[in-house]
Amino acid sequence: MRLATAASEAYTTPLAVSELLGCKQCAAGRDQDEELGIRIPRPLGQGPSRFIPEKEILQVGSEDAQMHALFADSFAALGRLDNITLVMVFHPQYLESFLKTQHYLLQMDGPLPLHYRHYIGIMAAARHQCSYLVNLHVNDFLHVGGDPKWLNGLENAPQKLQNLGELNKVLAHRPWLITKEHIEGLLKAEEHSWSLAELVHAVVLLTHYHSLASFTFGCGISPEIHCDGGHTFRPPSVSNYCICDITNGNHSVDEMQVNSAENVSVSDSFFEVEALMEKMRQLQECRDEEEASQEEMASRFEIEKRESMFVFSSDDEEVTPARDVSRHFEDTSYGYKDFSRHGMHVPTFRVQDYCWEDHGYSLVNRLYPDVGQLIDEKFHIAYNLTYNTMAMHKDVDTSMLRRAIWNYIHCMFGIRYDDYDYGEINQLLDRSFKVYIKTVVCTPEKVTKRMYDSFWRQFKHSEKVHVNLLLIEARMQAELLYALRAITRYMT
Amino acid sequence: MEKMSRVTTALGGSVLTGRTMHCHLDAPANAISVCRDAAQVVVAGRSIFKIYAIEEEQFVEKLNLRVGRKPSLNLSCADVVWHQMDENLLATAATNGVVVTWNLGRPSRNKQDQLFTEHKRTVNKVCFHPTEAHVLLSGSQDGFMKCFDLRRKDSVSTFSGQSESVRDVQFSIRDYFTFASTFENGNVQLWDIRRPDRCERMFTAHNGPVFCCDWHPEDRGWLATGGRDKMVKVWDMTTHRAKEMHCVQTIASVARVKWRPECRHHLATCSMMVDHNIYVWDVRRPFVPAAMFEEHRDVTTGIAWRHPHDPSFLLSGSKDSSLCQHLFRDASQPVERANPEGLCYGLFGDLAFAAKESLVAAESGRKPYTGDRRHPIFFKRKLDPAEPFAGLASSALSVFETEPGGSAMRWFVDTAERYALAGRPLAELCDHNAKVARELGRNQVAQTWTMLRTIYCSPGLLPTANLSHSVGKGGSCGLQLMNSFNLKDMAPGLGSETRLDRSKGDARSDTVLLDSSATLITNEDNEETEGSDVPADYLLGDVEGEDDELYLLDPEHTHPEEPECVLPQEAFPLRHEIVDTPPGPEHLQDKADSPHVSGSEADVASLAPMDSSFSLLSVSHALYDSRLPPDFFSVLVRDMLHFYAEQGDVQMAVSVLIVLGERVRKDIDEQTQVCGGRGRLPLKRFALHPDSDRQALLSQEHWYTSYIDLLQRFRLWNVSNEVVKLSTSRAVSCLNQASTTLHVNCSHCKRPMSSRGWVCDRCHRCASMCAVCHHVVKGLFVWCQGCSHGGHLQHIMKWLEGSSHCPAGCGHLCEYS
Repeated sequence: MRLATAASEAYTTPLAVSELLGCKQCAAGRDQDEELGIRIPRPLGQGPSRFIPEKEILQVGSEDAQMHALFADSFAALGRLDNITLVMVFHPQYLESFLKTQHYLLQMDGPLPLHYRHYIGIMAAARHQCSYLVNLHVNDFLHVGGDPKWLNGLENAPQKLQNLGELNKVLAHRPWLITKEHIEGLLKAEEHSWSLAELVHAVVLLTHYHSLASFTFGCGISPEIHCDGGHTFRPPSVSNYCICDITNGNHSVDEMQVNSAENVSVSDSFFEVEALMEKMRQLQECRDEEEASQEEMASRFEIEKRESMFVFSSDDEEVTPARDVSRHFEDTSYGYKDFSRHGMHVPTFRVQDYCWEDHGYSLVNRLYPDVGQLIDEKFHIAYNLTYNTMAMHKDVDTSMLRRAIWNYIHCMFGIRYDDYDYGEINQLLDRSFKVYIKTVVCTPEKVTKRMYDSFWRQFKHSEKVHVNLLLIEARMQAELLYALRAITRYMT
Repeated sequence: MEKMSRVTTALGGSVLTGRTMHCHLDAPANAISVCRDAAQVVVAGRSIFKIYAIEEEQFVEKLNLRVGRKPSLNLSCADVVWHQMDENLLATAATNGVVVTWNLGRPSRNKQDQLFTEHKRTVNKVCFHPTEAHVLLSGSQDGFMKCFDLRRKDSVSTFSGQSESVRDVQFSIRDYFTFASTFENGNVQLWDIRRPDRCERMFTAHNGPVFCCDWHPEDRGWLATGGRDKMVKVWDMTTHRAKEMHCVQTIASVARVKWRPECRHHLATCSMMVDHNIYVWDVRRPFVPAAMFEEHRDVTTGIAWRHPHDPSFLLSGSKDSSLCQHLFRDASQPVERANPEGLCYGLFGDLAFAAKESLVAAESGRKPYTGDRRHPIFFKRKLDPAEPFAGLASSALSVFETEPGGSAMRWFVDTAERYALAGRPLAELCDHNAKVARELGRNQVAQTWTMLRTIYCSPGLLPTANLSHSVGKGGSCGLQLMNSFNLKDMAPGLGSETRLDRSKGDARSDTVLLDSSATLITNEDNEETEGSDVPADYLLGDVEGEDDELYLLDPEHTHPEEPECVLPQEAFPLRHEIVDTPPGPEHLQDKADSPHVSGSEADVASLAPMDSSFSLLSVSHALYDSRLPPDFFSVLVRDMLHFYAEQGDVQMAVSVLIVLGERVRKDIDEQTQVCGGRGRLPLKRFALHPDSDRQALLSQEHWYTSYIDLLQRFRLWNVSNEVVKLSTSRAVSCLNQASTTLHVNCSHCKRPMSSRGWVCDRCHRCASMCAVCHHVVKGLFVWCQGCSHGGHLQHIMKWLEGSSHCPAGCGHLCEYS
């Protein structure tokens, strides 16, 4: 029932991108259809993800009991079986925790009213121009009785939410700049002020949706059928593709042609896996032998941190954000890349002084009960998830690789583990992989299918989704750590 | 804390003296440890590693161990420990996983002795053997514990905690070979130092990480653990299974715990986050800390008792870069500030009173004040079963009972059940309520109702016998129509059970009809529900868009054209139509219904102005003849409300408020009832006394909440919900909207059904099927208490109209009432 209402809304909402862009072709096609009186939407037949071939993804109906229960849960909670769920179900254990957390954040007891929660979700997703999430939550927002006027831009929302805009911006792109003054500004704004509990709820929502936007782009999630860009009204036979149908803006048409040519180097990539495993083995064995000096270790971290700023795809072209999405935040130019160009210094955050397990958890659970527990579980599952496989190899201890990925992401945010040798990262993560990680975490809107395809070519799609899970959880934790540290400092 | 005192303790010849003092460190401390001679303390942190001498008036920096050109991560200490046998020996745990030992006896400036780089991750804790000179134990994030012999270059043995991070390791003080380790997953393990292959014992102590543990210095086998779940637990390890002896609930996650020397039941704790104080607890009194030290401005990271046999000196280091010596004598004692007396009224007028035993004993000696002389007083005393707290607290509990089996509150329950508050014309309501009051022998109340009727109903219609029809037409236009559900219809079953079974404390309410806004989530219900009597008419609050869904549950079975759809309107629309409905067709229909609904009562009501109140009636009639507007009485009415409320009869005050509704609001708003809260009210005309307005608002809310509280304690859920709904105060009417979740258990496997209310996750069966249509019941479910079959309310009703047997075919003769 809910799906139906949502779908009908999508046609009537003035949000349709194609209208905004004023595509003549579409308009023409639409007129013709309207003569017939009925317009039947057709899915753009790509499956839930544009990166993963549809046949690789689990078909609804062929799932096992556990997955079926998850689907049922997801459907009950969201009123739909969204593409994110369909992709995440590669890892049912994680999906369960993810859905539970998301359901709690959006629908269960909490300090913020329901429409605020969805609106914050929209704000966060819009920071990364993630029209997929924005569209979903616009529907939900209206469904729970949100004021449609707010959707015309942040300046139409209550002052209280506008105040959150700054935190949203900093959190999404440069979380290390969050200070207790930010927090103080939100908490002491007279009648527009936030309570601590509300703020923690908002921070958790923001970080959740920032990282979910990363996942959406990182796995190339296709738009839902009822959302803009998820459907077409043209008959299947029409061949001239209209770019309006792919509003995620990643030009998948070209890429699909390009990538068919890229599958040549199968033998090369086979050696990649072998080489990676060999390196892991070496690291395991000779760790005790060559002991790097302290200065060496410290400089390795600095090097990695500095380098991570320059790791960027060469085709760094400007992506103009879809107009409908950019309405939800101001200052579109503020992004991660700014600081890398200017070579801004990222201060080092010592995880031994403020870590999630000891400090973050306690603070969240104190101010927003039960959520700390849920997020903690989610982090644990994501960090410890393994099937002991690597591409075609079985019984591999992948903990070293997973830790390298996790710590690399934290390193990009300036978070340092005293007990980690950052030299390992260079050994284990090759450049194309680093480019992918960096893009997904920092500027997800720029991920292309080419990037997705060019790292770890021999690995399965489920493993790439697994990598994405690590990425989004590590990112969420990093953002949370900075935000919660600022709150702690404010409180002391 | 300027109140300083000096304490001198003689300890086997040596004398400890000192005062409460603190000194500033250059950097945040992570841990501290005291030298055996109690005269020196070492402070370690990320960028500090110093030894301070504890002098009488101050701390004096004695040695900086952080030497060398470049600060190394080996010096970034997570923990530090001073050997209790050897004054020259120290060990630190570095955040990069290195264990370092230090020998103060070395002549050079650099005192670093040995470096163990065996751990792969941060080392969280190091611990020296209490008696052995060369044995050092470490616990690390990588899940391993290692035992080092300082005479050798590497570890003697490695203990694996099965890949979970180790948070603390402690050698037992009494058992030579035993040590305890605590883990991030909540487990505690006991190990024998000679057997590295497997632990001797393992149990789950906390929910979430166990940050610390400490062995009792004297009682063998007592281990205190503290965890992220904010608890400190004391375990007895001497028995076959680790037994939880005591549990202290603190307000933040527990970072350190240390037994207090010479005080068997005392321990000191500090917290990881948020809370900066150090508490000393008596584990037998887990709710109030025995002492509290409030010097630090940031979280305390290390605590240590200065001397193992002196209970009065505590040292602490903190993230605020300071080192403190606390004197027990200077501690603030929350116990002293706590109110040691407790007083509580029971539902039936009983009074329980707890106070310090000494106080009560003294008073009872001279025959205490006997509160209510009409009733005999029983004096119960419960002796404290625990061993007496040494001078701390032992309290006596006295219970003063009213007459046993007393029907003292019966009138309250009866009145609450039988009063009509809305849904009928004002005159009728007043008459009805007056009659109810009179029948219960409360003549004053009855008269008040009659007077209200006289005041507010137009005079011409007053004496007519045909009250129920004609009065409604003319007189009571402004009446709010919110609820047509009649108490008499549903309350009897509920009331008779709950009314006076005071012995059965956990009697559960068998409500047949649940209001969706009901706050009926009693845990007992959930646990003991069985197939036969599940209150299966659940309405899940967490299902979004519940209103629509509930309507759409089984659209093919609803018959909108049926005139008397029995689903009372109270079940769904909640707030939407509460707002001042203008009198319209609804009103007429309702009025037509009223004689039918209230049955015999309406007939009697028409004869209402009879005996005692009759004379009064004629007087007020006279008043009306002289054309006094109703406004004239508003002051009087307000005073009357206050009078009843002062008397403790909030029932009357609230009932009148509700019944008069709009009328009284218009008049009294400026004076008493500012709480309209609708936002539609015009600005107050006399806004001269905002304070008194505010006051009035509060007092009204207070009446409402007290009445609702009373109703709920008598388990009159339906009445209390009606009151909540009819209340004009927003603060009250939103009571219905908090925690509307209803938890349901599966009727097959008895497990809670978490996600949806009608399908069980575990046994994959639908919980309740309608016996008539064989569909799942997702809305209101009615079932026979005889044969436990049931189904959709309407289906069952329809079925039983035509047949008296159970629709399931079990042969039971079901009754629907």
